[in-house]
Amino acid sequence: MSNNEDKHHVIPYRTLLLVLSALLTFTFISIAVTNYELGPFTVLAALLLASFKTILVLAYFMHLKFDVKMFGILISAVFILIGAVIFITFLDYLYR
Amino acid sequence: MDEHRDDIGSRFGMWLFIFTELLLFAGLFIVYSVYRYLNWQAFHLAAEELNTFIGALNTVLLLASSATIAMSITALQKKNKTLALALLGFTILVGLVFLVNKYFEWNLKIEHGLYPGSERLLEYGKGEVLFFGLYFFMTGLHALHIIVGVAFIGVVFFRIKNDRITHDNFVHLENAGLYWHLVDIIWIFLFPLFYLIT
Repeated sequence: MSNNEDKHHVIPYRTLLLVLSALLTFTFISIAVTNYELGPFTVLAALLLASFKTILVLAYFMHLKFDVKMFGILISAVFILIGAVIFITFLDYLYR
Repeated sequence: MDEHRDDIGSRFGMWLFIFTELLLFAGLFIVYSVYRYLNWQAFHLAAEELNTFIGALNTVLLLASSATIAMSITALQKKNKTLALALLGFTILVGLVFLVNKYFEWNLKIEHGLYPGSERLLEYGKGEVLFFGLYFFMTGLHALHIIVGVAFIGVVFFRIKNDRITHDNFVHLENAGLYWHLVDIIWIFLFPLFYLIT
């Protein structure tokens, strides 16, 4: 049956270790960035770095890059939904 | 033998569950961001009570454990059962170390009189009460997910050991991995939002 594991993609150890080192690098950058007074950009920088890390985890550790395309589309939709709710909530708080 | 399995369907079920978990934590993150926006000074002062070193250490631990569970799938696909089990064992161990760190961290906060409803916290303003309420609730809910994840990986560990999960039938290992990575992603956002406010 094509639905089962026979056609599965094997991710090399090397790729996974490279992703891990990228994740650790992003973590240390985000810690280093807090030492600078960037005002409102501190939160932005932290969230941007966290988003990069999330994309790496989703694509490689969670195999989305190699899995059925629909999973990737659905998770993007979930994140867009979350972003929209945050946006609308803040529109309400900023302009009420 | 004609097998009755649907691995894509199985992973799809896990993904749907992960979506509900993401929305649960997203709701909490929205509560956090609105209160932080309304009480930013109090949040900055309160965050200085948190130990960035323990937070960073736990981040490194969780990222490493995510890598090892992903590598255990590769190991099992390459029919290296011993390595797959060793990597899973390491993942479980790291999950437990994370919880021990969390215990010491919470313990220190409670010793300093910083816990929901404490007298010291009530002397502060509304912002500090909200910060520590959210801190204990969100890291606590996350720690609960770590406990569930460790149990899940533990079950998978023994199923691999007994050859119930094999190199050509490992969707349960994949699902355990997906759950563990979800726990990792949540921590990727919790860490900067609670520990890295200057």
